[in-house]
Parts: sequence; structure tokens; C-alpha cells
Amino acid sequence: MELQTVWFFIWGLLWAIFFMTDGFDFGIGTLYPFLGKSERDKNVMIHAVGPLWDGNEVWLITAAGVTFAAFPIVYAVMFSSLYSALMLILFALILRGVSFEFRNQVDNPTWKKVWDTCIFVGSFLPAFLFGVAFGNIFQGIPIDQNGVYHGTLLTLLNPYGLLTGVLFVCLFIVHGALWLLIKSDGDLAERTEKLVGVLWLVLTGVAVVFLGASYVFTPLWKNYFVTPILFLVPVISVTAIFGIKYFLTKQAFFKAWVASALTIVSCTFFGIIGLFPNMFPSSIDAEYSLTAFNASSSPLTLKIILIVALLFVPIIIAYQAWAYKLFSGTVTDEDLAHDESY
Amino acid sequence: MDVVMLSRLQFAAATMFHFLFVPLTLGLSVLVAYMETQYVRTGDETYLRMTKFWGKLFLINFALGVVTGITLEFQFGTNWSRYSVYMGDIFGSLLAIEATLAFFLESTFIGVWIFGWKKLSKKAHAIVMWVVAAAGNISAVWILLANGWMQHPVGYTIRNGRAELTDFLAVVTNKFGLLEIAHMIPSAFVLAAFFIMGISAWHLLKKQHIEIFTRSFNIGLVVGLVSSLVVALTGDLHAVHVTETQPAKLAAMESHWETQAQAPIFLVALPDEKNERNKIEIGRLPGLLSFLGHHDVNATVTGLKDIPKDERPPVLLTFLSFRTMVALGTLFPLLTIIGFMVRKNLLESRWYLWTMLLAIPLPYLAIEFGWVLAEVGRQPWIVYGLLKTSDAVSPIATSQVMTSLVGFILVYGLLGITGFFLMAKAVVEGPKLEASNA
Ligand code: HDD
Ligand code: HEM
Ligand code: HEM
Repeated sequence: MELQTVWFFIWGLLWAIFFMTDGFDFGIGTLYPFLGKSERDKNVMIHAVGPLWDGNEVWLITAAGVTFAAFPIVYAVMFSSLYSALMLILFALILRGVSFEFRNQVDNPTWKKVWDTCIFVGSFLPAFLFGVAFGNIFQGIPIDQNGVYHGTLLTLLNPYGLLTGVLFVCLFIVHGALWLLIKSDGDLAERTEKLVGVLWLVLTGVAVVFLGASYVFTPLWKNYFVTPILFLVPVISVTAIFGIKYFLTKQAFFKAWVASALTIVSCTFFGIIGLFPNMFPSSIDAEYSLTAFNASSSPLTLKIILIVALLFVPIIIAYQAWAYKLFSGTVTDEDLAHDESY
Repeated sequence: MDVVMLSRLQFAAATMFHFLFVPLTLGLSVLVAYMETQYVRTGDETYLRMTKFWGKLFLINFALGVVTGITLEFQFGTNWSRYSVYMGDIFGSLLAIEATLAFFLESTFIGVWIFGWKKLSKKAHAIVMWVVAAAGNISAVWILLANGWMQHPVGYTIRNGRAELTDFLAVVTNKFGLLEIAHMIPSAFVLAAFFIMGISAWHLLKKQHIEIFTRSFNIGLVVGLVSSLVVALTGDLHAVHVTETQPAKLAAMESHWETQAQAPIFLVALPDEKNERNKIEIGRLPGLLSFLGHHDVNATVTGLKDIPKDERPPVLLTFLSFRTMVALGTLFPLLTIIGFMVRKNLLESRWYLWTMLLAIPLPYLAIEFGWVLAEVGRQPWIVYGLLKTSDAVSPIATSQVMTSLVGFILVYGLLGITGFFLMAKAVVEGPKLEASNA
């Protein structure tokens, strides 16, 4: 396999891991105003993501960094084309990041309300906009031969883009609700469990519509018909979605969460494989599309960062897994009483 | 204003704001780790209370550092897309390596540190803080190597209309970058030391928590003296290297117009860019500039007049930034030396405590001016000698950048105010009375 192909799939993998990890943070943040009735509920929700969200967000930084390093032209054209959407995402992520830290520093209802709102906006908006952005990439973006974008923020808000946005939000809130089921007990857990049943139905519906719409609006399925073995990936997605339901009914919440993680990863790969070798296709003329082969770095750079990735990504996964394990139990009153933790 | 100017403003605002938090993170993380280690070693509760008090300030600062860093990572693509295409092969890889080596460690372990007091042994918990501190400084090393490459490109060839990597070793041993590391990291420790001393001085002036803050002050004194001497030393070496690699920057730093041997420095000067001279020149010190630039009083120093007009950086800003930084750089060792002299009766030396309290903003100023000097002094180049800033900007609409710039100013303004308020609140509340692992 060429280095470019290897990097294309690592690139996809980084996005998939980002969605799988930070996805439940986004999900819990989106559900926060709806499930967080009492002050204790809210603090449990914050503690459910508190120790982990920052490490999860670094997968985004790495995905962006790897785009820059391995495919500089994609990085340049993608980020400048999606300028306004990305700026919105950035501002939202800023608000989310500080609100976890700031909310409990002052004991005043208005203060808390402000940061509560920021937690919601800062979680929902990125979830939705990442979906919109990827939906548009799947469809093709109006860029010309110089990589100049012919459109506005509103161009991105077309039916398929919006549908992908909704899909992402659904994936993440189910994922988040399952994580919350693991982390909470009592009344909060009961309400979450009820809600997750409904959310699962909505997710399944949206996912089916999405797979169909992808056939109508995008060329994503083409690679699958060329290499039918790849159909395994969407099959895994569908199986994993039903896996969530299966484990839910057996009250095996952690397994249900793993199934949901698998759903997210396989859905991401459904799109990534469908794109290959495109990374940022042009809707004006296929000639202008940026691919893994016409937009990559030099072989030397690709080699060096591959060595770094092969050495360090396993180490990162190991210590992150250790951190997840350390914070795996339900959030207790003792945890909440703790003073530096927000 | 055009897209270039707006993007420059936005990038300057975003990096300078990020850099209000970065140096404290770099320096204070190490000091907090040291305090916690002392606690584990001696079992002395005072160290635990110190760890918690400074740790809380550290965390507020850290949160702001993290969220403002992410926007920078994206802005190369959003605002400087032509630059990203041109140098992604080299610059992008350094940034990606930084994220993999450092950011993951830092972000994962800080979560463990905050929430892990009860879940880890004392020793393991202290080690976690050392990991956080090391990771922050490792990230600084990589980003400074990236910046060093923009200041003085090495190990590349121009192919397919962009800079491609040919020698990775040359890039990571680039003298410019190494000097930045040697100058910048100690300057972060100067800042952290003055931060600790200033806040301790405030409590000592109020005669409260005396044990904790005398101890903290003494740590600040030692760190402050050593690091401020190192900063001055490496700053001097840095100036010599700048003379070699970026003569235009050196000339602008000193507002030096005529190429001459035994070039002087004026104690007081004021550049007049229009007429290519200095409006005011007082206190001529002959040969000093030659010495500063070449470590030789007789050496010839290139003047601005011998540099094409369109390759000169803005002189006034570069000049003032350098002057201010050096003036402060001379002040810091003096302040700490006085501190050592009055150390025995610190509580009675109220004038000194007041001075140190008021000195808290000074290292911030010096650090920001240092960066303005390095970055503005590099203009009109974004990559020195290879790519002009005006050729680096994204092909995007002015209105987009205008909107995002307003957004940055609003959001960062509010964040800055909130952060300051929360820090001040934590300082005034002071350390908790009992240090039990609550
Ligand atoms: C000399 C040090 C230094 C310099 C010049 C910069 N940074 Fe920085 N950055 C840090 C030192 C640092 C740090 C100390 O490692 C931070 C501050 C707080 C933190 O958590 O890490 C950080 C945070 C930080 C983060 C968030 C990481 C996380 O989530 O943990 C990103 C994405 C960046 N930075 C990116 C940048 C970029 C693109 C810069 C160049 C324009 C930049 N930084 C300048
Ligand atoms: C080490 C990491 C850094 C990198 C890679 C970097 C890169 C850049 C880039 C790409 C620009 C925009 C193009 C230009 O105007 O030349 C710029 C400008 C600027 N940066 Fe940095 N920068 C870094 C650190 C900093 C820091 C820490 C500060 C301040 C605290 C800073 C202050 C500025 C200023 C003031 C400008 C505007 C200069 C001008 O346009 O006149 N930079 N830098
Ligand atoms: C004592 C005398 C000092 C001298 C002679 C000195 C010299 C220099 C020089 C020549 C540069 C320019 C490097 C470039 O063009 O990239 C620089 C940059 C800088 N200085 Fe200083 N400096 C001094 C003190 C300080 C102090 C006290 C601080 C902060 C506490 C500081 C912080 C910085 C920073 C942050 C930069 C930009 C990053 C870098 O290039 O390392 N300097 N300094």
C-alpha cells in the first residue's frame, strides 16, 4: 500500500476515535438541560465527563494536526472553505471547555445558569456542525481549481448536510446517555434509561434515512459496489445499532456503550471508505477534487510522522484506557464533595 | 482593511491572548509538582496546602490556555491557507508531533490529577503532576522549533512550489529554534516566580498565612534569580544569532540606519521611519551595538538604509518592544537580588513586598513584547526570506474575517475578565485552613 493510502486511513481513524470519545461528552452536554433537574444531577453529569473530556478533545487537535502534516493542501482548502462553520465550532468548544471549570467556582444561581447554557451550546453546536461539515464533504463542496470556495455558510445548510448533522447529534446523545447510565444511579439513572429507549428509536430511523439519502445525494456507495466485501462496514453499523438495543434490554450498560462506540466508528468508516481516495471532493468538477494522492506531503514527511504515530498512538491509547478505568465507577457523593474537581 | 491586515490582527490577538496563559502553565506546573513532592517526602501539611492553593490558580489558568490553543491550531488553515500549503510539509509535521507527544499526555493527566486525589496513592498523584509539567514543556519545545523554522528555514528544498522536508535532523537542531527554547522556557519560569512572589507578598502584607507564603516566596526567589539570569544570558546569544540570520530585524530592534563599524547604541532614541533617521539620540555608547550583534566592538553592523524598503519591518514597534524587554530583563535579577538581601526580615520590608506585588504584570509585559519583537520584527516575511505574509493569506471574504475578529474580541474579552476575576477571588480566599484531602 502507498504511504498516502495508509495515511488516508489513519486520518479516518483519528476522526473516528474523536467522535467515539468526545462524542459522549457532546451527548451528555446536549442532554444536560433536559436530564439535569437537581443540582446533584448536574454535578453528576459534569463529573461523568470532567476527567476525560480534555484528553478526548486532543483527538480533534491530532486529527487537524495530521491533516496539516500529511495532507497540507486538504488542510488549507478544507479549513479556509469551511471558515465560518469552523469558527462557530471553535467558539463553542471554548465555551464548553471553560464552563466545566468555571461553573462551580462561584455559588450564585445566575452565574451557574450562564455556564449551564454554555455547556449545552458548546456541546450541541459542535456535534451538529461536524455532522453538517462531513455531510457536505460526502456530497462535494463548490471549490474551483485554485481551491477557492464558491459559497457561504448557508450553502452548507442543504438537506443532506442538515440530515448528517441530525445523525451526528443522535449518535452522540445516545452515546452520551449510555455513558451517563454507567456513571449515575437513582432517579437520574432511571430517567436516563427511559429516555435512551426513545432516543434509540429516533437514531435508528435517522440512520436508515441517512443510508438511503447517501445513495441519492452522494457517490459514497460507489466504492462498495466496486469492492463488495466492503459492505461489511455498513453491516457492522446496523448490527451495532441493534446491539445497543439488545444490551439495553439486558441492562448491560457498558456493553451497550461499547456497541454504540462501534456504531460511531463504523459509521465514520462508512463515509471515509466511500470517499476514498477523495478527501475534499469538488462539486464543480471532479478534476478539482483533492485526493489522498494529489494533496499529500512529501514521502519523507509521511514516513517520519508514520514512525511517530506507530510509536506513540499505542502508548496514548494505553494511558487513556488507564484513565478511563480509573474513573469507571458511578459518581458517588464522596466524589462530588471533592474541592478542586469542578 | 484587507484580508491580510485583518488576518494579521486576528492572529496576533489570538496568539498574544494564548500567551497570557502559556508561560504560567509552563512554570507553575513544575513548581506545584515540586511542592507536592515535598509534601509526599516530608509529610508536612503546609506543603499540601501550598499545592492546593497554587494548584487551584494553576487550573484556572490552564483551562484558559487549553481553549485558546485550539483556535491557533485551526487558524493556519482558516486564515493562512497559502502558507499552510507552502510549508505544511515541515511545519505541519512539527505541530502533529507536538500533539501526539505532548498534548495527549498533558490533557489526560491533568484530568487524572484534578479528579484523582482519592483514587491514587500520594506518590502516584505527585508523579501525575510531574507528567503534566513535563508534557507542557515538551509541547513548548516542539512549537518553538516550528516557530524557529519560520524565523530561519533549514533542512528543506523548494519543489512543486512549496518547501519540502529534506533533513529532519536539521529542522529539530535548528539553532534559531534551540535559542528560542533556551530563552523562552526560562522566561516562563521568571513569570511564574514573580507570580508566586507577588501573590505571596500580598498575603504577607496582610500578615496572614505567614508560614505558607514565606515558604512560597522563598521558592519564588530562588527560581526567579536563576531563571532571570539565564534569560538575560540566552537573550544575548539570541541577539547574536538574529544579527547573523535576520539583519533587518536587528537593525530595526536598535533603530540603526547607517551601516557602520563600531556601531553605537543610544540610551534614549526615537525612530523616525519617514525620514530614515532617529528623531532623538541621547547617550551614545560607541561600539556597543557591534558588541551586542557580533561580540566584537569593531564589527560592522548593517543599517536599515541598506535594506530594501519593502523588506524592512515596522521599526518603531520592533524597537520599543526590544527596549522594553531588555529594560525589564535587567530589572528582574536586581529585584530578586534585593529579595535575597531582605529575606531575613521579609515581613518588615513592606516597601519591598509592595514592589513585588506591583511587579506581577512586568514579566507578562516582557514576554509579550519578546514575541512582538520576534514576530513583527520578522515582517514582511512570514517565513523569513521565503514567503511574504501578504502571499500567505487565505482566499476568503473580508467580511468573514471581520466577523470572526469581532467574535474573538468579544469572547476573549469576556474570558479574560472572567479568568482574572476567578483568579483574584481564589487569591483573596487564600489557602484552606485544614488541608485534609477534601
Ligand atoms: C512556548 C510555549 C507555547 C507556544 C509558543 C504556543 N503554545 Fe499552545 N500551549 C502551550 C505552549 C505553547 C502549553 C503550555 O502546552 C499549553 C498551554 C496550556 C495548556 O494546556 O497547554 C498550550 C495549549 C495549546 C493547545 C491545547 C492543547 C490541549 O488541549 O491540551 C493547542 C491546540 C495549542 N496550544 C496550539 C498552539 C499553536 C498552534 C501555537 C502557535 C501559534 C501555540 N500553541 C503557541
Ligand atoms: C511558536 C509559535 C508561533 C507560531 C508558529 C507563530 C506563527 C505566526 C503566524 C503564522 C503569524 C501570522 C503571519 C504574520 O503576520 O507574519 C504570526 C504573527 C504574529 N504572531 Fe506569532 N506565532 C507563534 C507564537 C507567537 C506568540 C506566542 C505571540 C505573542 C505572544 C505571537 C505574536 C504574534 C504577533 C504579534 C503577530 C503579528 C505580526 C504582524 O503581523 O505584524 N506569536 N505568528
Ligand atoms: C535581559 C535581556 C534580554 C535580551 C538581551 C533579550 C533578547 C531577545 C532577543 C534578541 C529576542 C529576539 C528573538 C527573535 O527575533 O526571534 C528575544 C525574544 C524574546 N524574549 Fe527576550 N531578551 C531579554 C529579556 C527577556 C525577558 C526578561 C523576557 C521575559 C520574561 C523575554 C522574553 C522573550 C520572548 C518570549 C521572546 C520571543 C521568543 C523567542 O524568540 O525566544 N526576554 N529576546
